Amino acid sequence: MRAWIPHLLRAALLVVLIAFLVSPSWFDPLLKPLVQDNAPAIYNQGSLLTLTLLHLRTVAIATTGAIIVAVTLAILVTRSFGAEFLPLSRSLVNVGQTFPPVAVLALAVPILGFGEKPTLVALFLYGLLPIFENTLTGLTTLPPSVMEAARGSGMTDRQRLFKVELPLAMPVILAGIRLSVVISLATATIGSTVAAKTLGEVIIAGLQSNNIAFVLQGGLIVGALAVLIYDGFSAIERVMARRAGLAARS
Amino acid sequence: MKRPGPQKGSRPEWDGDGSLSIRFDKLGVVIALLIAYAVLAAPFATFRANRIVPGDAKGILQALPAGAGMLLLALMAGVALVVLLKTPTRLRLFAAAAGLAAIAVFIGMAATFLTPPANSYARVSPASGFWILLFSFALLAADSITRMRPLPLVRLLLLVMTLGGAAVVLTSGLWDGLSILKEYSGRADVFWLEAGRHVTLALGSLFAAVLVGLPLGILCHRVAPLRAGVLNTLNLIQTIPSIALFGILIAPLGWIAVNVPGAAAIGIRGIGAAPAFVALFLYSLLPVVANTVVGLAGVPREANEAARGIGMTDRQRLFGIEFPLAMPVILTGIRIVLVQNIGLATIAALIGGGGFGVFVFQGIGQTAMDLVLLGAVPTVVLAFAAAIVLDALIEMNAPQRERGRTA
Repeated sequence: MRAWIPHLLRAALLVVLIAFLVSPSWFDPLLKPLVQDNAPAIYNQGSLLTLTLLHLRTVAIATTGAIIVAVTLAILVTRSFGAEFLPLSRSLVNVGQTFPPVAVLALAVPILGFGEKPTLVALFLYGLLPIFENTLTGLTTLPPSVMEAARGSGMTDRQRLFKVELPLAMPVILAGIRLSVVISLATATIGSTVAAKTLGEVIIAGLQSNNIAFVLQGGLIVGALAVLIYDGFSAIERVMARRAGLAARS
Repeated sequence: MKRPGPQKGSRPEWDGDGSLSIRFDKLGVVIALLIAYAVLAAPFATFRANRIVPGDAKGILQALPAGAGMLLLALMAGVALVVLLKTPTRLRLFAAAAGLAAIAVFIGMAATFLTPPANSYARVSPASGFWILLFSFALLAADSITRMRPLPLVRLLLLVMTLGGAAVVLTSGLWDGLSILKEYSGRADVFWLEAGRHVTLALGSLFAAVLVGLPLGILCHRVAPLRAGVLNTLNLIQTIPSIALFGILIAPLGWIAVNVPGAAAIGIRGIGAAPAFVALFLYSLLPVVANTVVGLAGVPREANEAARGIGMTDRQRLFGIEFPLAMPVILTGIRIVLVQNIGLATIAALIGGGGFGVFVFQGIGQTAMDLVLLGAVPTVVLAFAAAIVLDALIEMNAPQRERGRTA
């Protein structure tokens, strides 16, 4: 009945976010009470829009790399010739998740130097895990009857993979990608501690100059991006699931 | 707690006993290649004249006295041979342990050998070859342990043995020449202080989150209209990046410290550990509450009805039936929180909250990577150990749930 309310809220969030990025000065009166008299209320050491785009670019590059590697690996270990690696890869995923992102970031610096590269590596490694895990789950929990039917109808291994297994597993894989992107969006801010150009720069500038308004706007932009992207992915997943015939409801 | 029945051997055994033809192990080929590359082409140790200048990479034979270098090469060749062929799993685990012990001893030896006598500025640190070997042997050990599928208690024992071995090496003075321990020896007091803070932050916020999250989860389970609202709010908190949440909390906590009598006395302040603690607590709530709700929802209706039928009160039912059955799921939530908190607590250093992050960020600031390692390595070890312990706990609790589910 009131199903349109969430959509409206989301649209409003998107409008506010875009307005804030394009013309942050409109919001100056809102943030002014948070800062001391002479301190700027809106980040003034660079364009918020540029930083947001760079932030998104970093996340997009790292996630694309993670998707390619994680999905390929998951496909390999679920084929018969790679089956020997399946149990190990499961435990590696578990172990990998225990590595704190800050540690990965800090350890990548001596090899790659400061800037965007260590951030990309940390995001890539961290993003691998949810995608790999979900692709594995998707590919190993396919209904046996469907697999039998595909085999029985004389499909080759390759056809089965691309026409049956991957399409059926797609909603689960997408859920993994969504998780990975949301984690990466937040983790990318830490990249600014090693001089990557992300929204973390705004937050860190705020922490250093004791400016709550900076911290707040940096954090809220990232939070809004995460919510919108999360919802976007959820919508795509629903469409995919419906197409794969998995949706129980209408 | 004992597991019911033997484990089903649905996977083929790879032990290869009884077959006479030489067969290669696929993962073994990968590991042997890694070992070969690390030994032949990558540097084993790095020598630097002081802690921040770029270093000279030394191969195994340059980094060690002649005899020792040859011995290490021979040992590595032996391990590579064991992993390459289809050998019994126990032998492979032993080879991994032997390999780890060998590189641990020899990297210490390299440090003593490379450091000029009476030079306290020179730094020797492990180089890429060492790390690749460490990774290969860890991979081999992980694979052997996965194949053996040990009981939870055995896994805990293996963890204790590994940590014990590391403690022996650390206290023996074998590694004292290594740069990471030189960084440590200069700040041993601070190290343990920050270690204490790190653990307090991670465990304390977890404890608080369980204290609040469990009742909140039960409430959400019983009062359905609350559920979506609470879970959505907690979900939203997760989207705020950690450094921002830490920063945002500075203001309200600073205000509380000034305006609420007694707050400052119990350690609430705008910067420092208090905002870090609150931020970690807020992040921890979602996994605890969500898993409590999922766990309680998964309790079979029959179990609840049977309990009601024999006249159990609501309270008895909660503690006697629902909680035990939901325990593995709740524990999974706690595992997620603990591992996540141990990692996130490093960020507390940015707002003066202490913890191992202090060394990480100091190290980044001074481009002193040994200092970064001094902060990062204990964090990783702590998170890893916590994950193993909680996984074992979850497994020990699991059979009850399975019995419940099939009822």
